[in-house]
Amino acid sequence: MAAPMLRWCCPGRRFAFARVGCGSCQRRGPPTGSTSNGKRGQSSVAQQPHITAQKPRKGEPEWAAVVGLEIHAQIASNSKLFSGSQVCFAAPPNSLVSFFDASLPGTLPVLNRRCVEAAVMTGLALDCHINRKSLFDRKHYFYADLPAGYQITQQRLPIAVNGSLAYSVYVGRKPSQMVTRTVRVKQIQLEQDSGKSLHDGLRSQTLIDLNRAGIGLLELVLEPDMSCGEEAATAVRELQLILQALGTSQANMAEGQLRVDANISVHRPGEPLGIRTEVKNLNSARFLAKAIDYEIQRQINELENGGEILNETRSFDFKLGCTVPMRDKEGKQDYRFMPEPNLPPLLLYDSGSLPSGADPQQVINIDQLRERLPELPRVTRQRLVQQYGMLPEHSCVLLNEVGLLEFFQNVVKETRAEPKKVTSWVLNTFLGFLKQQNLAVSESPVTPSALAELLDLLDRKAISAPAAKQVFEELWRNEGKTPAQIVAEKKLELLQDPEALEQLCRSTLEAHPDVVMDLKRGNPRAINKLIGLVRKATLGRADPTAIKEVLERQLSS
Amino acid sequence: MLGRTLREVSVALKQGQITPTELCQRCLSLIKKTKFLNAYITVSEEVALKQAEESEKRYKKGHSLGDLDGIPIAVKDNFSTSGIETTCASNMLKGYVPPYNATVVQKLLDQGALLMGKTNLDEFAMGSGSTDGIFGPVKNPWSYSKQYREKRKQNSHSENEDSNWLITGGSSGGSAAAVSAFTCFAALGSDTGGSTRNPAAHCGVVGLKPSYGLVSRHGLIPLVNSMDVPGILTRCVDDAATVLGVLAGHDPKDSTTIQDPVKPFTLPSLTDVSKLYIGIPKEYLTPELSSEVQSLWSKAANLFESEGAKVTEVSLPHTSYSIVCYHVLCTSEVASNMARFDGLEYGHRCDSDVSTEAMYAATRREGFNDVVRGRILSGNFFLLKENYENYFVKAQKVRRLIANDFVNVFNSGVDVLLTPTTLSEAVPYTEFIKEDNRTRSAQDIFTQAVNMAGLPAVSVPMALSSQGLPIGLQFIGRAFCDQQLLTVAKWFEKQVQFPVIQLQELMDDCSSVFENEKLASVSLK
Repeated sequence: MAAPMLRWCCPGRRFAFARVGCGSCQRRGPPTGSTSNGKRGQSSVAQQPHITAQKPRKGEPEWAAVVGLEIHAQIASNSKLFSGSQVCFAAPPNSLVSFFDASLPGTLPVLNRRCVEAAVMTGLALDCHINRKSLFDRKHYFYADLPAGYQITQQRLPIAVNGSLAYSVYVGRKPSQMVTRTVRVKQIQLEQDSGKSLHDGLRSQTLIDLNRAGIGLLELVLEPDMSCGEEAATAVRELQLILQALGTSQANMAEGQLRVDANISVHRPGEPLGIRTEVKNLNSARFLAKAIDYEIQRQINELENGGEILNETRSFDFKLGCTVPMRDKEGKQDYRFMPEPNLPPLLLYDSGSLPSGADPQQVINIDQLRERLPELPRVTRQRLVQQYGMLPEHSCVLLNEVGLLEFFQNVVKETRAEPKKVTSWVLNTFLGFLKQQNLAVSESPVTPSALAELLDLLDRKAISAPAAKQVFEELWRNEGKTPAQIVAEKKLELLQDPEALEQLCRSTLEAHPDVVMDLKRGNPRAINKLIGLVRKATLGRADPTAIKEVLERQLSS
Repeated sequence: MLGRTLREVSVALKQGQITPTELCQRCLSLIKKTKFLNAYITVSEEVALKQAEESEKRYKKGHSLGDLDGIPIAVKDNFSTSGIETTCASNMLKGYVPPYNATVVQKLLDQGALLMGKTNLDEFAMGSGSTDGIFGPVKNPWSYSKQYREKRKQNSHSENEDSNWLITGGSSGGSAAAVSAFTCFAALGSDTGGSTRNPAAHCGVVGLKPSYGLVSRHGLIPLVNSMDVPGILTRCVDDAATVLGVLAGHDPKDSTTIQDPVKPFTLPSLTDVSKLYIGIPKEYLTPELSSEVQSLWSKAANLFESEGAKVTEVSLPHTSYSIVCYHVLCTSEVASNMARFDGLEYGHRCDSDVSTEAMYAATRREGFNDVVRGRILSGNFFLLKENYENYFVKAQKVRRLIANDFVNVFNSGVDVLLTPTTLSEAVPYTEFIKEDNRTRSAQDIFTQAVNMAGLPAVSVPMALSSQGLPIGLQFIGRAFCDQQLLTVAKWFEKQVQFPVIQLQELMDDCSSVFENEKLASVSLK
C-alpha cells in the first residue's frame, strides 16, 4: 500500500487515507462556490469538516471517488400518504393501520394534500423545476412488510426535477477556507414507506408492524457530484437543515425519518466511471461518512490488487466499521413498474394557470407555496454574517446545533452587549459547556435571559471578563440565582472608585521597583506583570484596560 | 308481486299492498327454491330480514327513505360487504369477511334497500360464463322457462333435459340470474369487459355499465382498475336509472370519480326519435355473429329509422385489436392487483411455514384457479422491463386509438351507437366448457372496447331467439351522457316489448328440484 497522499483532518479524529482526491479531484458537477476567508474561531468550528490536500506522488495517477445519494425523508404529516391513518413515532405495533394500509381488497389510495405541499416546498427550496403534471407508478416486489405487493411511487414523472443543493466544506491548509459546493438534485418523488419486519430468529418467525406502511416519503436523488464521505455527510446535514426549516420532515436520522443510501464508485481521473456499489440504510451522518470512506478505500484496494468491483448492494456494519454484501438482495429484481391506475395525474397550478372557479381545497398553487417558504438555512447564515458581522463558519455552527440559533437570537434581543460579544460567548463558553456535558441546547441550565443579563453586566463594565466567566460557571450550577445576585454575593463587581484604583496602582508600583525597572529597561511584557499584580490586589474586580491606563499614566508622570 | 319491476313494487310498498318483510320473505323463499341455479354464494337472510324490519318501521311512520326503501337487492360477491363474507368465488378469499362496505353497497343500504345476498361469479370476475368459480357454474333461469322448453320439445332433442342447462354469461352471471329469476329487483354486477352486459343479454334483463368515473369503485375488488365499473342489473331501463341515480356521484374514497355534482336520473318518455342519430359500427358485423342476432340488430336499426331517426353505418377502425389489447392490459393489472393476496393479512394461508417465500408460493397456488394464475403469469411477463415497451405501452397506445375511434364517431354527430351485446344467445354449459377461458373471451368483442374508452353502455333485451332464448342489443353513449343513453334505451324497450320469462311451468315441472315446495307465493306477471 502506497503512502497516504491525502489527509483529512477533523478535529477530534483523524483519518489517513490513501490517494483519495477530495479537495483536488475532478468534479463532474459545475464547480461553484465562494471561498470565504476569515479568521477561524477557536472552538466554534469544531464540527466542520476540514480537508487538507497533498499533491499526488508523481507518476501515479490518483483515484477519484464518485458518490451519489438516494435519500428518503419521511414527510412530517398528521396522516399517511394515501390513507387517513395517523402518523406517530413509536406507537404500539399495528395500531395505526387503515384498511388501505393493510391492503384490504377494494381499498383505493387517496392522495394526501399535505404530502404534496411538502414535496412542492422541498422542491422549491432546492431550486427544482416543479412538474405541473406528475404521475404515480406501482413498483412490485414481494416482501412481508409490503402488504399490497407493490409500492406506489413516482418512477416515470416525479413531482420535482433538476434542482441543486449547496453546502459548505472547509478545504485547504488554511483552517478558515470554506468552500461552497453544489450537488445536483436529480429528482424528488413522492412514495409510500413500507412497514417494518422484525425477524425473530429463535422462533424462526417474522413479526410485521404496519404502522409505518404508507407513510409519505420524499425520495431525493442526489447526482454523483460528491467525492468523499465528509462531503456526503455535509450535504445530508444541509438537506436536514433545509427540511427542518421547511417543516416538511423532522429529518431525524436516529428515528428513521431520514434514511440514506449511497452509490459509490472509484475511477482514475480522465477514465470512465467505475462500477458502483450501493451502501444501504445509513442511519447517522457519522456512519454515512464512515461507510462511504470505507467503501471508497475498499474499492481502491480491490482494484489495486487486481480485483474487480461487483455492482452489488452492501450494508454498513457499524460495529466492525466496514461494508458487507447484503445477502437477501443478491438477485437482480425486476420491479415490473406499471402506472397506478387508481390515481389520476397529479396536476399543480401557479397563479397564472389556476383554473377559474377552482375549489381551493382541490388545487395546489405553487406560487402560494413559494410565498409561504420560510427563510432557508443558507439565507439565515448570510443574514447572520451581515446583521451581526459574524464569521461564516460561526453562522454555520449556530445553525448546525439544534436550538442554538434561537438561543443566540434571544440573547441578542435581550442584551445591550455587542452581537459579536454574544456570538463569542454563545459559541465558545455556552457551547463549550454543553459539549463538555453532552447536553442539547434545550437541556441547558442557563437561559438566554440569564446570559443576556450577564453580558449586560459585562457590557457596562460592572464586572470584568474573568469575573463574568465565574458568574457563568455559577449560573451553570443552576441554583436559581440571577447574575446580579451572584455578582453581589461573590463581590465580583468592578472597582468603580477611580481614587481607590489610583491608590492601589501607586502602592503596587512602589512595592515592586524591580518590575518597574525591568519595564523601563525596555521589556514591554513587564507592564502585564504589573497589571496582574494590581488585579490581584483588587481581587479581580478591576478592568485590566483601566488598570493599564492608570499604570501608564503614573509611570510616565 | 315478485314479477313486478322495482318501480312497481316500490309503489306497492308505499301504498301498503305489501310490507317490506313480506316482500323479503317471498324473495328469500324463492331464493331457496331456485338454489339449484347457484345464483347466490351467500344468502344474507338474517341481515335482510332485519333490514326489512327497519324498513317496515319507516313505512309505518311514513318516513320512507325513497324508491329503494324495502326493495330486495343482490350484490355480486366481489363487492365488499361489512360483516358478510366476500369471496370473489375464490379459495383465496373463502372465509374473508370485510370490515367495511363498498361505497355502492353503502349507498344502497342508506336508501333502505334489503341485501338478500352475494351472487356467484367467475373467480375474481375473470370469465364470461360464470362457470369458473369455486362454487360452481350459475345456471341460466331461461333453461327452465316455458318459452325455451316448448321450443326444445318442438325440436325434439332426445338429450337429457337437466344436463342441457344454459350458461348465464358472465362474469356477473349470479346477479343476472338473481334478477331474471325474480329473487330480487336489482342487482349489482361489475363490468370490466362486458361482465354486466353479457349475462344481462343472456338472461333477458337490462344490464347497465355506467361511464367510468360516474360510480365509485371503492370496495369493488378490482379486476382491471382502469376499466372496472360497478354495473346495474334490473328488469327494466327505468329501474336501472333509479339505481344509477342512487349510486352515481363523487366518492372521496375513489379519486377516479368525477367531482361534478350528479343530477338525479329520471328518464323522460321519449315520443319522438326523429332528432336522434344512431350509429351502426360496421366493424361489429363479424363472421362469428349469429344470423339471428344479426337480423335482430338490423331490425332494431330499421325500427329507429322508420320512426324518423337518422341511422348510418359508422366506423370504429381499431375494433379488431381490442381483444388482444384488452388481454395485455387486463393481465398486467391483474398481476399487480393480485400481488396483495399473499396469505399474510387476510384470506387463505397455506400450512407451510418453511419460509415466507414458500408460504407465498403455496398460498397462491392453492388460492387461485388456473385462469387467475395464468393471467398473473402473462401479466408479469408483459410488465418485465424488457417487455414493457413492446406490450404494455403498445397496448396503452392501442387503447387510446380505440377510445379515439369512439370520440371521432361521437364528434361526427352520432348520439348513440347500436350494436349486438353478444355473438349469440346463451349456449349450453356442455358446449361452453369445450373452449378454454381465454378463447371464450372472444365473446367480449362487442362490449370490451366500451370499457377501454370509459363510455356508458346498456344491454336491453329485444326478443327471443328461435330457441326461445333472450337476445339483447347494446346501446353505447357518449361519456357521462348516461341519461341520454338510458332515455334512448327506454324508448327502445317500450317498442320491442320483450316477453317476461315464464318460470311458472318450470317451477311445477321441476318441483322435485325445488324441494317439492309449492310456489303459491310467487305470483308472476
